Amino acid sequence: MSCQLASDSVLYANGLYRVIYNLAGSFLPCWLAYVIAGLAIIFILVNAVLLGAAVITWGERRVLGRFQNRVGPNRWGPFGMFQPIADLLKLLTKEDLRPQGADRIVFALVPILMVAPLILLTAVIPFAKNTALASLNVGVLYILAVSSVSSVAIFMAGWSSNNRYAMFGAARAVAVLISYEVPVVLSLLGVVMVAASMSLGNIVEAQNLPFIIVMPMAFFVFLAGMSAELNRSPFDVAEAESEIIAGYHTEYSGVKFALIQAAEFGGVGVVSAIAATLFLGGWSGPWSEYLGWLWFLLKTGIVVFLFIWFRATYPRLRIDQIMAFSWKFLLPLSMINLAVVTLEVFFLRGGDGSLTTADLAIMTAINVVVMLISVWVFGGLIRDRVTFRTRQPQDVAVPGVPTIEVS
Amino acid sequence: MYGFAMVKGLMVTLKNLTKKPFTIQYPEERARQHPRFRGEEFVWYEERCTGCASCAKYCPLGIIKIETSPSGSAIPQGDKYRLEVFDIELQRCMFCGLCVEACPYDALFMGSGFEQGQYSRKNMVITIDQLRNAEKHPSTWFRPQLEGYEGEASIRRGTPTIAQGDSRFTYDPRGGPPLGWREVGREAWRWHQREKAGMRLEQEVEAADTVQENVPEQGGNV
Repeated sequence: MSCQLASDSVLYANGLYRVIYNLAGSFLPCWLAYVIAGLAIIFILVNAVLLGAAVITWGERRVLGRFQNRVGPNRWGPFGMFQPIADLLKLLTKEDLRPQGADRIVFALVPILMVAPLILLTAVIPFAKNTALASLNVGVLYILAVSSVSSVAIFMAGWSSNNRYAMFGAARAVAVLISYEVPVVLSLLGVVMVAASMSLGNIVEAQNLPFIIVMPMAFFVFLAGMSAELNRSPFDVAEAESEIIAGYHTEYSGVKFALIQAAEFGGVGVVSAIAATLFLGGWSGPWSEYLGWLWFLLKTGIVVFLFIWFRATYPRLRIDQIMAFSWKFLLPLSMINLAVVTLEVFFLRGGDGSLTTADLAIMTAINVVVMLISVWVFGGLIRDRVTFRTRQPQDVAVPGVPTIEVS
Repeated sequence: MYGFAMVKGLMVTLKNLTKKPFTIQYPEERARQHPRFRGEEFVWYEERCTGCASCAKYCPLGIIKIETSPSGSAIPQGDKYRLEVFDIELQRCMFCGLCVEACPYDALFMGSGFEQGQYSRKNMVITIDQLRNAEKHPSTWFRPQLEGYEGEASIRRGTPTIAQGDSRFTYDPRGGPPLGWREVGREAWRWHQREKAGMRLEQEVEAADTVQENVPEQGGNV
């Protein structure tokens, strides 16, 4: 008894799925093989997200420590590698508190709603050639749609906690998320246009030249927007611990808090994987038939390091600065990028609508010049134009004391 | 504010990433401690203590408890009381060092340790037996002559008081050997006189020295 997977199924392109399906199909009924193969892949993906979250927790604390001339956690295991396990054990033994007057169902639903989209997102990411669980032909759209669910979860957390600080954090988070969704979508449009496909597998294959070189501005906008959507520094006003305790997860403890933390750090990993796929060429590299997973992991690690680097460098922005950064800086940049890329694709594409490596090189040259000019122009436009005058001009006229004007 | 300055900021943190961390892994490594550190382990030389209770009187918190009984012994000079109780309530001590300053016979020294954490307040009281039996690593706080181990003798000879790397002239309470009461000597008092007499003429200081030097011999003969 052998089963045949329909070649038009979204699962057909996944080589790993087909291997498991054929293996199980040799001694099981076809419908059971279909389910078991899917569950096996899901098991791998769920564990990849959660283990990835643990590794990123450890890595972030180590690297952040080195950025600040410290060592970071180094007590348990080699280089403190088992620190996340210790943290998890501690959180699991904590009491699971629920504040008085909290909305019981919504409160308990939040950690699930935060982790679930991350695991869903991994379904379309190609870890190696033909290894995406579902090679959707609308992969980018799927990513944008599913990743927006986390903002609902954050607002649910703030609303159900019956805590003003949680509500402040949730309101801030939603404001940030709505603002940064627009530039992110516009920057991804450029990628889709150049690749002429929304499927992540096709986007990887279209990157003869990685899109980070072809469209550096889009990568920058995507990275900034995604670090805002993940509530990471410098856009972490939603959980600014020096202002509003912990923001939307103030009231969470125990295993729920552990899940929220896992969602935060797992989110970094998943978003880095998406960025590596869309902009750094995903699994493509030397011997990508066999070493695709290695290049993919390496590129994901580079993007994770970028996130940690940003966190170590930039101070937290005020909420008005965050809004200004999105609407006055990132949005114009992404629109300029979109316009320029549209014109380039229109004039450079061949008869069948595809772009060669030479075309991509020409686009690179134009886009880098455009990026430098527009960053210079818009960086100057949104500068804080505040003049401090502590005294009246006639009072200041002391010989030898210059007037202080900050612009 | 935004723009290329962001890249400049990234480079600053990247420069720090390449630097060596200056964390000291405490239980395995230790930071260098100054010899004049005022630590928790008080060092007491019973041979030189007369039981005058100056330390108890000068203590601003009144945490030193001394009980004495008369004794006929005369070590090292004059009469001396036998000490029955000498308790220092360490949990209330603020390590101002006034007791050490007050001691006229150089019998009490600040210690050098900082690892006296206990689970009970009762254990925080240093008793007379603990003071007797402890290894004596006196801090050089208020006794700077200990830093030049040979004290005034080396000053007279014109040799440098603190010679780098020479264990005869340098003393570190954490690294050096425990010091006996004869080694820490009465030089402290003479050194103090000399410091206080900084404005006096050299001859007067010499005269004061000779007077002081005769005292212990007389005391020993009584």
